[in-house]
Amino acid sequence: MDLFVNILLGISIAATPLVFAAIGELVVEKSGVLNLGVEGMMIIGAISGFAVTIETGSFILGILASIVAGALMAFLFGVLTQSLLANQVATGLALTMFGLGLAALIGQDYSGKSTGDFPKLDIPFISDLPIVGPLIFGQDYLLYLSIILVVAVIWFFNKTRAGLIIRAIGENHDAAHTIGYPVVLYRYYALLFGGACAGLGGAYLSLVQTPIWVENMTAGRGWIALALVVFAAWRPGRALLGAYLFGGITILQLHSQGFGINIEPQILAMLPYLATIVVLVLISRDKTKVRLNAPASLAKSFYAST
Amino acid sequence: MLKLERRKEPSKFMLYVTPFVAVVLTMLAGLLLFLLLGKAPVQAITLIYFTPLTSIFSLTELAVKATPLILIAIGLSFGFRAGIWNIGAEGQFIMGAVCGGAVALALYEVQGIWVLPLMCVAGIIGGMLWAAIPAYLRIRFNANEILVSLMLVYVATLLLSILVHGVLRDPDGHNFPESRLFHDSATLPILIENTRAHLGIIVTLVVVVIAWVFVQRHIIGFQIKALGDAPRAAKFAGFSENRIIWLCFLTSGALAGLAGLFEAAGPVGQLVPALPVGYGFTAIIVAFLGRLNPIGIFLGGLLMALTYIGGEGAQIAMSLPSATTSVFQGMLLFFLLATDILINFRFRWISKKPDSLEPAPVSLQQAE
Amino acid sequence: MTNETLLTLSGLTKQFPGVLANDNVSFEIKKGEIHALLGENGAGKSTLVKIIYGVNKPDAGTMLLNGIPFSPTKPSEARAQGIGMVFQHFSLFEALTVAENIELGISPELAKNGLRERIIDMSKQYGLELDPDRLIGSLSVGVRQRVEIVRCLLQDPQLIIMDEPTSVLTPQEVDVLFQTLQRLRNEGRSILYISHKLEEIRALCEHATILRGGKVVATCTPAEESAKSLAEMMIGSSLTLPQRETNTPGDVRLSVEHLSLKNEDPFGADLQDINFEVKSGEIFGIAGVAGNGQNKLMEALIGERFCDGASKIQLDGKEITRSGPNDRRKLGMCFIPEERLGHGAVPDMSLWENTIVTARERRQLSNKGFINIGAAHEFAEQVVNDFDVRTAGIEHAARSLSGGNLQKFIVGRELLQSPAVLIASQPTWGVDAGAASSIHQMLLKIAREGTAILLISQDLDELFAISDRIAVIANGKLSKPENVKDLTIEKIGLDMGGQSQESEIHAEA
Repeated sequence: MDLFVNILLGISIAATPLVFAAIGELVVEKSGVLNLGVEGMMIIGAISGFAVTIETGSFILGILASIVAGALMAFLFGVLTQSLLANQVATGLALTMFGLGLAALIGQDYSGKSTGDFPKLDIPFISDLPIVGPLIFGQDYLLYLSIILVVAVIWFFNKTRAGLIIRAIGENHDAAHTIGYPVVLYRYYALLFGGACAGLGGAYLSLVQTPIWVENMTAGRGWIALALVVFAAWRPGRALLGAYLFGGITILQLHSQGFGINIEPQILAMLPYLATIVVLVLISRDKTKVRLNAPASLAKSFYAST
Repeated sequence: MLKLERRKEPSKFMLYVTPFVAVVLTMLAGLLLFLLLGKAPVQAITLIYFTPLTSIFSLTELAVKATPLILIAIGLSFGFRAGIWNIGAEGQFIMGAVCGGAVALALYEVQGIWVLPLMCVAGIIGGMLWAAIPAYLRIRFNANEILVSLMLVYVATLLLSILVHGVLRDPDGHNFPESRLFHDSATLPILIENTRAHLGIIVTLVVVVIAWVFVQRHIIGFQIKALGDAPRAAKFAGFSENRIIWLCFLTSGALAGLAGLFEAAGPVGQLVPALPVGYGFTAIIVAFLGRLNPIGIFLGGLLMALTYIGGEGAQIAMSLPSATTSVFQGMLLFFLLATDILINFRFRWISKKPDSLEPAPVSLQQAE
Repeated sequence: MTNETLLTLSGLTKQFPGVLANDNVSFEIKKGEIHALLGENGAGKSTLVKIIYGVNKPDAGTMLLNGIPFSPTKPSEARAQGIGMVFQHFSLFEALTVAENIELGISPELAKNGLRERIIDMSKQYGLELDPDRLIGSLSVGVRQRVEIVRCLLQDPQLIIMDEPTSVLTPQEVDVLFQTLQRLRNEGRSILYISHKLEEIRALCEHATILRGGKVVATCTPAEESAKSLAEMMIGSSLTLPQRETNTPGDVRLSVEHLSLKNEDPFGADLQDINFEVKSGEIFGIAGVAGNGQNKLMEALIGERFCDGASKIQLDGKEITRSGPNDRRKLGMCFIPEERLGHGAVPDMSLWENTIVTARERRQLSNKGFINIGAAHEFAEQVVNDFDVRTAGIEHAARSLSGGNLQKFIVGRELLQSPAVLIASQPTWGVDAGAASSIHQMLLKIAREGTAILLISQDLDELFAISDRIAVIANGKLSKPENVKDLTIEKIGLDMGGQSQESEIHAEA
């Protein structure tokens, strides 16, 4: 039973950074922008959160730093793609390379240090209940935040005017411009939100999951988050589900020995990447369906001639 | 107020000038970065960009570093022009090295002039096969080639690790995860004694010329350009998108595979887990820096190799962190993409109050 | 109609890079009138209405609304002051519902509380039936226009701007629209009606302001003018209508049997069992409202997509059903697609490079895969000279040409390949009257020389002017072709609306 609870705990901890990064990118893509730099924003979030927590001793300041740092990276992306109309694919790649390099540069003084345990929800008695206690009432605060965020995004898109405007801009930016919405401004908002989320996802890795700083510690999670958005068909609820599925695959590799499976560790380590490819294939097969769900203006530059 | 204005057609002048502008901007930003790091900025920039040019040995090192970058970037440039994004060249590089290296190790007891060509063919095939996966999945299942090709980099890295821990491990190597050293007829001949300048450099030059001819004069280059500029017009012209996707992926896979084999059979001389050092990603920057044009890529590859060599020198001389080089490369791509806007747009200064500006020309006229 | 003035424009000027779009434009719109704004493509009509609607800011000039200075800086301000607009290319979002689209186009205050009910009420009141929960993408063009009009009316506008509202409608839908417009006028609202269709302006509008080259050239009462005099004011010179003699068509050159093609666009029409043939010397017209399968038909004929199952296409008796565009060209088919930039031509490539797009086989511009740059230059020069393409040179990018000149280049590039069969879609769409008329003359000329021409167009005037036979495509099905002399606009109109309209009503009921 303990193993079972441990596995579920492990899944949720492995899934949460993906939830953050995917939900942020989902909002960005809904607005019609493809930011491939999630990996770069995550790693910058990871190191900023870690460094600030070490320097100040405050997890809250660390988390805030990761949010700001992720958003700053996204702002850079916005300047290039929204104001200077650079190709979004190339700029996203640049953001990732730059992020990985810069994080390594900042992080060289921080390897080997540790921030200690991240605070968890602790309700007397209830959090000590078997199974539901640790799983539902005893997780870290950020994990609850990730779930709240997904619910908030669902509400935002379905119930608010701003959400409707973002969906409209992602669908047809020319029409949105004609009826008077500032396309670029809204896209900046979406990008900043996406960057902040990716930064948080990164901080979750370095402050909660490990919690130490290792170079390249995101290990492709930013890219997996991008694939999750496709998997989710741009629906927040499905992104959450997808993140937990991937969390499950990651945990499988840690617990495989527990199950008596004896495979090369590298093969198990390949699983999340192979699973991403399989998922992409399964989801993208039906072109018509993809067209119905994907924002029609995705990755197109917007330039108003007036 | 500064306003963007679309040009009627792309500016050729800006197309060639902006890479130089981007390099200069990167140097300036580098000065700032070193100031922030508390290192002597001018010394660092000199070490990175100029010192390597002052000795014969470092010039040959430059060529050795530039070889894989140029080879890979030329392959990638085809796809990038067509809007097909193979960003997994690093994985194809690894698979080329693995396949070619496996041939070398299998023929460990055999000497012969045909060993090296055989390794090259194996390396090319290895890279092509690895690149064929995203191409097939994109064509058959519409799966995003960016994500698939990138995921395969991680898979290839792990595969290399499995192999050098397992079947390809040096039997006399005390369980160290690396292969045997390739013997003489399985290593690339050296061009200049006491350097690492190898035959691959010549091959790369030939590839540059052939690629240039195809891009400029052949219908294949035309098809790729047309598909990238206007996919519907390319279809209208009778060009098959699927064929172009195959072509771009297989070409870039082949060249990345060859580059990987050159790396294993050249400077490294064996298979090690640390064989991939990011050339596949840096080549993306090289491709853009070279304007996706073979000649431009040749120059871009040399420049990027310079920052590698110079970066290493600066790391030793000034104890700079090794990540500095990648930060520089990221910045360079940023500046390049930012200045790209000048190709299709121009900035115009539009005065909010035109009246206030008018007196000036009037007074000039009076002066005359 | 009262004599009070609603909107006064004085001295409006707007400069874009390289073009003076509006030059000192002044006129008045009275309360309760339908005021026509007449002009050719590029005369500055769209720029002017965008100024009134707050999308563009004028460089100079002022506006008065009810005697009070009016200078909207964004559309929401214009809307708040009683200006509504129905766009030509609708500003609608296909993947959103009718209600969501309407909500986006009105002020947040108006969008609160019971918007759905108000949409239903308003649409009933004006006879513009709408289902608020349908996705826009699933609606016909005519219904989409209703959405725009209802969106406009919900804000109780004093002035409604309509940009070319009839260009996408069937003749019957036009009648319904006119009734709605007259009703709105009777309620005391004013309508600024933009069009280049002279007859409808004479039928509908109290006053007309005519723009040419960004300037007001005349203001008149259309009922007192003839269509010809209006046209001359608009174009600035007298029009020559295409002259055509009756010719006896020869052998069948293109035959299409049982052509079916599924549309991968979830909102597009599938082609269903299309049959027709085009004879040597004949111009065969296909009429229809946009979005009824014309694009798919064009793709199938070009060979960009192969059609399903039992379909059969033959060129001069040879089967080409499974041949790609290039093989079809080798056999003598040439094509003029609707979209000039991005389909007919590669925007960033030079004119000479653009000849290689379609003419490399028939004009031998390549040899064993290597491009013959000299031959391509020569051919491009020939097209430019023979077809009077105004350009600074063949080294310049296709997108640097004006719409009319690029179209002349594309038409020239295809005609100089002496096609056996020419397929042209909307060859004069968005082209000024002079260029349109010369394109018509060229088509008639090569038809006389024996080319079989298939002309797909939404412009009934064009089809009636130069076709021999016409069929109508509606919802992916082709009606029985008829000789032009046996046809009336009303008959065609019924075919254009017929089938698709019915299914729409069923679906909504």
